[in-house]
Amino acid sequence: MIRATDGEPMKICFFHLMPYRFLPDDFETRYRSVWVDVPHSLYDPEKTRGLYHEYLDELEFAEQCGFDGLCVNEHHNNAYGLMPSPNLMAATLTRRTSRAAIVVLGNSLAAYNPPLRVAEEFSMLDVLSGGRLVAGFPVGTSMDMNFAYGINPATLRGRYYEAHDLVMQAWTRPEMFSFNGTYTQVRYANIWPQPLQKPHPPVWIPGGGSLETWEWTAKRDYVYCYLSYYGYKRGKATMDGFWDAIGKLGADDNPYRAGFLQLVCVSETDAQAERDYFEHVHYFYQKCLNVWEGFAEAPGYRTLKTLQAGMRPQLGAQASKTRQALDWKKYLDQGYVIAGSPATVRDQLTDCIKSLRVGHLLVLLQIGSMAKDLTLKNTQLFASEVMPHVRGLWPGYKDRWWPSGAQA
Amino acid sequence: MTPGACAVELRGGAVRFRVLTAGTGAPLVYFHSFYERGGWSPLLDRLAARFTVYAPLHPGVAGSTGVEALDDVVDLTLAYDELLSSLGLARAHLLGHFFGAMVAAEIAAVFPARAERLVLASPLGLWRDDAPQADILTLPAEDLPAVLWHDPASETARRWIDLPEDEAANVAAQIESTQRRAAMAKFVWPIPDKGLRKRLHRIGAPTLILWGEEDRTNPVVYGEEWQRRIKGAALKLLPGGHMMLHESPQPAARAITEFLS
Repeated sequence: MIRATDGEPMKICFFHLMPYRFLPDDFETRYRSVWVDVPHSLYDPEKTRGLYHEYLDELEFAEQCGFDGLCVNEHHNNAYGLMPSPNLMAATLTRRTSRAAIVVLGNSLAAYNPPLRVAEEFSMLDVLSGGRLVAGFPVGTSMDMNFAYGINPATLRGRYYEAHDLVMQAWTRPEMFSFNGTYTQVRYANIWPQPLQKPHPPVWIPGGGSLETWEWTAKRDYVYCYLSYYGYKRGKATMDGFWDAIGKLGADDNPYRAGFLQLVCVSETDAQAERDYFEHVHYFYQKCLNVWEGFAEAPGYRTLKTLQAGMRPQLGAQASKTRQALDWKKYLDQGYVIAGSPATVRDQLTDCIKSLRVGHLLVLLQIGSMAKDLTLKNTQLFASEVMPHVRGLWPGYKDRWWPSGAQA
Repeated sequence: MTPGACAVELRGGAVRFRVLTAGTGAPLVYFHSFYERGGWSPLLDRLAARFTVYAPLHPGVAGSTGVEALDDVVDLTLAYDELLSSLGLARAHLLGHFFGAMVAAEIAAVFPARAERLVLASPLGLWRDDAPQADILTLPAEDLPAVLWHDPASETARRWIDLPEDEAANVAAQIESTQRRAAMAKFVWPIPDKGLRKRLHRIGAPTLILWGEEDRTNPVVYGEEWQRRIKGAALKLLPGGHMMLHESPQPAARAITEFLS
């Protein structure tokens, strides 16, 4: 493995969504949404048993290949994300891995009652993993929080901020305390166990692009992760917004303040990449992101300020119209997917990392309907032919947001 | 008719109501549906011929503010009680449509002395698993008219549906619509059953329940449900859909006036 000679190597994490791979061919024309009201009749528990183990194998393989972190995340009522509880998946990974960071991106704080549950489970994961946990705190998508979990959009953010305060206090206050919140009241807040990392595991905030989240994340000195499915070219405006918020605070521009999710497909040649991956990429964009417009955003999910800034949801009718016209060339040209030979991928990924200024790159290498053998090929090629060449892109910066028990 | 307007600040300015007023006669307070644009309508023009009509706009709509300061529908009911005191209305006829009718029913249940007579047009506030209301907070703009209006092609409906063509005005109208629905969501998300069924027995005012024959938003079966739960309530069907107060202002005004006189 090539290491940066000056400063520390940037972190590259293997991100898994755990999609259901067996949606019917006519899914996107027959059913209105992959999320919220996707029918049970399409779900086969026996097939899913196989999928969970296949996907855990892929995450474990990623550690063997040298990835720095393994990412899991939380979705509900969702056929492209079979992880309503990412903590369960993270827990199994603590036993079968020993080196990589366990990056849970994350627990949607407002959904837990009381939110102390998150403080407890993340503490357990941190202790189990020997201090390898990254604690991700997303607000949660509107589909997950407002529709699947019934949380009022008007109070979602208030609940989220309050829950964050409670969790951080539960991790850092030296003694038992009382918490008299608007949404949660606890007379005896006193969680056991406490996390292994001190003062607490690093906090990353996965965001979908709202003004308030940039400012809030920047003020608290957390990592901002943009989990976009639309690639680095479209992600630039969002990441620029975050860096502007950092600039306004007068904080340094350390690239390790930022994370970005990018879909990547590596093969022997550019032409082979299309043959290997096109159908799976297409499955992802046409089926996995087929979300009914009504579910894209509950009224009140975004603040007036964000609406007035003209920021649109990633999903829904407008996004769907844009996606339907996509072929392989357009997926690539518009940066949705970085795909091709190792040399092609190296060049574009370098452009992605530099233009967005990200020190934590999250890559999605299992995409849509990709079966295990192809995912392992993609993972292995990425690790051996691409990863070593981009690690040294941020010389001179220190990653203050990496778990102390993980080995970089 | 152009109604007069005044602003009433409550709770040290945390909540601010804009109230439209017109007419002479016994006081009648109209609580609008969040699916009306603006607070005045041809129905209120007709009612103003016989009553002094007060039409407060809910917080979050057209100049009324303070949604974030209100916890829930009971807190909103208390705010309306404070507003009625500020307007010097110890007792009045209460009339409401959909969410507005839910508010009118809450006031009549929590403060029975406030309600002279009560008229509820397709009220929200009850829930039946066998007949859920349309999820209109969620329906995309292009699907909404067919659920709200009996005839979405009618001139009245078109005036409601059509957004400005000018780009900036169009965006502003969409944001206004989102904000209006967001305000309503604060009080009724995700299911509009917020305990009113436990309070309805407290209503003492004579009550008329109005329903559009073709209501595709709030099924007519709820009309019978409301009638069963409010002592002595009458139920009358009007021609039109969920927006019957606007689709049939004349029959609606006649039914309301007859009941209140």
